[in-house]
Amino acid sequence: MAGTPDTIVFRTEGITKVYHTGTIDVHALRGVNAEVHAGEFTVLLGASGSGKSTFLNILGGLDSATGGRAWFKSQELTAMSERGLTRYRRDHVGFVFQFYNLVPSLTARENVALVTEISRDPMPPEEALERVGLGHRLDHFPAEMSGGEQQRVAIARAIAKRPEVLLCDEPTGALDSKTGVQVLEALDRVNEDLGTTIVVITHNAGIRRMAHRVIHFVDGDISEVIVNDTRIEPAEIVW
Amino acid sequence: MKVLDRKLLRDIRRLWAQSLAIAAVLACGVMIMVMSYGTQRSLAETRATYYERSRFGDVFSSAARAPNTLLPEIAAIEGVSRVEARISQMVLIDIESMVEPAMAQLLSLPATGAPLMNIPGLVRGRLPEAGREGEVLVNETFALAHGFLPGDSFHVTLNGQKRKVTITGTALSPEFIYTIGPGSLMPDDRRFAILWMAEDVLAAAFDLSGAFNSISLNITRGTEIEPVKDALERLLKPYGGTGPYGRDQQISNAFLDGELEQLEVMKDIIPPIFLVISAFLVNMVLGRLIALEREQIGLLKALGYGEWEIAWHYIKLAMGIGLIGVALGWGVGLYLGRAMAELYAEFFHFPYLVFVQYPSTYFLSALAGLAAAVAGAAAAVRRVVALRPAVAMSPPAPTRFRKGVLDRLVRVLHPRQPTMMILRAIGRWPVRAALTMLGIATSAAMMVAAMFMFDAMDELMDVSFVQITRQDAVLSLAFARPETVLEDVLNLPGVLAAEGSWNLAARLYHGHRTRTISVEGRRAGETLARVFDADSGIEMNPEHGIVLARRLAAHLDARVGDVIEVEFLQVSDERHKVVVSGLVSQFFGLGAYMDRETMAGLVRQRPQVNGANVLIDEAQEAALYAAVKHAPVAAGITLLGQVRAAFDETIAENAGMTTTINTLIAALIAIGVVYNSARIQLSERARELASLRILGFTRGEVSYILLGELFILTVVAIPVGWVIGYGLAASMVAAFDSDLYAIPLVVTRETYTRAALVVAGASLISALIVRRRIDRMDLVAVMKTRE
Repeated sequence: MAGTPDTIVFRTEGITKVYHTGTIDVHALRGVNAEVHAGEFTVLLGASGSGKSTFLNILGGLDSATGGRAWFKSQELTAMSERGLTRYRRDHVGFVFQFYNLVPSLTARENVALVTEISRDPMPPEEALERVGLGHRLDHFPAEMSGGEQQRVAIARAIAKRPEVLLCDEPTGALDSKTGVQVLEALDRVNEDLGTTIVVITHNAGIRRMAHRVIHFVDGDISEVIVNDTRIEPAEIVW
Repeated sequence: MKVLDRKLLRDIRRLWAQSLAIAAVLACGVMIMVMSYGTQRSLAETRATYYERSRFGDVFSSAARAPNTLLPEIAAIEGVSRVEARISQMVLIDIESMVEPAMAQLLSLPATGAPLMNIPGLVRGRLPEAGREGEVLVNETFALAHGFLPGDSFHVTLNGQKRKVTITGTALSPEFIYTIGPGSLMPDDRRFAILWMAEDVLAAAFDLSGAFNSISLNITRGTEIEPVKDALERLLKPYGGTGPYGRDQQISNAFLDGELEQLEVMKDIIPPIFLVISAFLVNMVLGRLIALEREQIGLLKALGYGEWEIAWHYIKLAMGIGLIGVALGWGVGLYLGRAMAELYAEFFHFPYLVFVQYPSTYFLSALAGLAAAVAGAAAAVRRVVALRPAVAMSPPAPTRFRKGVLDRLVRVLHPRQPTMMILRAIGRWPVRAALTMLGIATSAAMMVAAMFMFDAMDELMDVSFVQITRQDAVLSLAFARPETVLEDVLNLPGVLAAEGSWNLAARLYHGHRTRTISVEGRRAGETLARVFDADSGIEMNPEHGIVLARRLAAHLDARVGDVIEVEFLQVSDERHKVVVSGLVSQFFGLGAYMDRETMAGLVRQRPQVNGANVLIDEAQEAALYAAVKHAPVAAGITLLGQVRAAFDETIAENAGMTTTINTLIAALIAIGVVYNSARIQLSERARELASLRILGFTRGEVSYILLGELFILTVVAIPVGWVIGYGLAASMVAAFDSDLYAIPLVVTRETYTRAALVVAGASLISALIVRRRIDRMDLVAVMKTRE
């Protein structure tokens, strides 16, 4: 299928994923067809085990699909080698995880520098941390920061390379409402200021109201896609 | 500095105790490489330089009495570049401060002054002058042992005549780097001297004017030595030549060869053991570190770091540990290498030490050290690189335990749950448990292999001095006499019993193999010096045929029942066919024994003796010594009590130091392995152990679960270590075997016990250090950690 419109960042065709655990096969994805649009804030909603994390991992080049095809712009992810995927992650994608995944032996600034050192056109680590409101916590180790602060370091680390897409797997899952809102505000600002396409997985149905587009996952496939006409501010989200 | 490198440094700092434990083991390997290579090369270089400068001979021979007119013919042998003839005699010397007589090898100095070859290097004073009867040059170590200075004097018995001589100077000689007297096992500088006197004095005393009885040759570089030896033998044959030999059979040089070879063996056998263990330790520690950092690795991949960059990060960590080990090993190795070389130079009486360092040693040892570390890292790193980022970032699946063979084995014992946990852990990771056990076993093995030397020496002494040699002294006669001379010996004061021995220089032939040795003619019924098989403990008397030392038989490829040929070199060139009637294991020399009557028949002479084994009445020792000093028949006396004392002293000097070093090395290995294992177990099972504590288990019970496994592995490792140690000892015995001596393979219960104690002690200390960590475990923090 040729001629992908410029506004589409990710497109998938019949993506399947089967995990073999012991004697049973788990069908995590059952032929997913989806599109993610440039500059949008997209939310993936669904119950635990509905396949949204697997889908995000495949979009991010962290995992391979069992069948089907997926494209990032005009590049086919499902056809890339391990080396190609590494290159793709390094140049185009930023990740934010539920459990922050900071390197404990590195400070906030150094955790961000981990990315800027290998990127082509990064912003200074200080600027990235400033953008998430942590300009004053540059030299603190992860163990010296709260969960919300750690997650914002993770966001700073993800955006420091100026990625085209930011993939977030339950970024507020481990946080209380106050720090959760701070993290969402940071993401929203990145989306607006830098125009970065953002895909967020969440259990929190409240978050969907700040998205441009909401994709519902049920049992390994998309059940519906909703486009919000009006979005609310993160602060208005009821936790 | 890159952020990843900063992480690396912090990781090393965090793991400092474990890193150091690994680095110390690695350092031992590197140290022994640097040290033994440095010592070995320095000694070899020193010897080569010394030989070159002092024109040490390439071929040597003695004769009964050869005319000097033969010398031009000898010099004309193709390839011979230098010839020097001289007079050499064993003599008795009498020193006022010593009751017992001492022996000396007396050598002539040419009329022109200093010798051309085997040049004695003056340490003090001057050379004796031609024509001055009473002047003598002595070897430096003899002078030191007695506190002699130039101008001091003592008595020498020259051909039965006792004469007073005055020391003109002292010297060191390339021929006597290892100064060992006849019948001795170790140098004894008080009782064995090298003396140089003017040729004309000796020629007159021994009736050798215009003649010589000892000759040295240098050959030009690239000349084959065998044809030269053959030609020399042909020329000397009519004059009682005993068969030329090369440096390989020159006593002092042969001892040095043996020593250098031991260093070589040390360099080749021991470091690889340490390197393998350090590789294993690196693998263990890095494997665990990587398991702990699984998510971080997944994250690095998610961030776009390539596989090679991540692998390189961990390899650098291993190399960091390797570098610490290499640096430690270099430092200690350089220091000990120099100290050892100096000790050797002193022991062997080199006039100077050429201490050489080869950059290649350092380069190779560093390469080996780093390679061991990287090899250890490789498997762990490979596992991680293969992980997909999404898989790496999710927690690893819980370890699958199964009921295994061990369960069935111990079910009958109804062990409690903690014991089951220990056994299942061993069953779940059998390879890891086996490697840990082997690591601990190696520690015990090193201890056994090192300490067995002392057991061997004890055995050697017991066999040599208690079972074989029952005589108190060996009296050597100036020349062979009829057996009736033994009556004269018996008449000396204090001699309780006397038995003769008759030694004749001979060459043995079997097929194309030959060997020049000395055959001893024995008379049936003699009991003082026995021909004794150390393996079976059976005495063997050569009633017919010839009995050979096993090593000599191996040289000749001869077995019992084979017919060999014997040529008595100083008698005729006739070859006699003789049956090999027995073989004996002996620790010293290459012995060959025949019945004295048979031997006499072959050489067509009446039975003779040129030595006497005697038993002495201690009360009359002084009177005997005084008599021997004046007896014209005696060329020397070797007191076996003193030989043994000198030997014991040398061993004792080395024992303390060696034991300490070996115990340290063995303990280092045990600590390296046990400590790292315990730390890793603690880190892997912290959650599990904390849960048990929360469930109400005591610290002791929890420690038992963690350390019980190591306890079991240590208990299994000790006997395994004994077996490996015995194997190492056997390979050392094989490697050290030479013409001069062999070491018996004996490991006593004390050595096994000591090895077990050191290993158990080191394991216990490591376990206690880790136990303190268990005691201090913060339960809440451990439970909160996401695994």
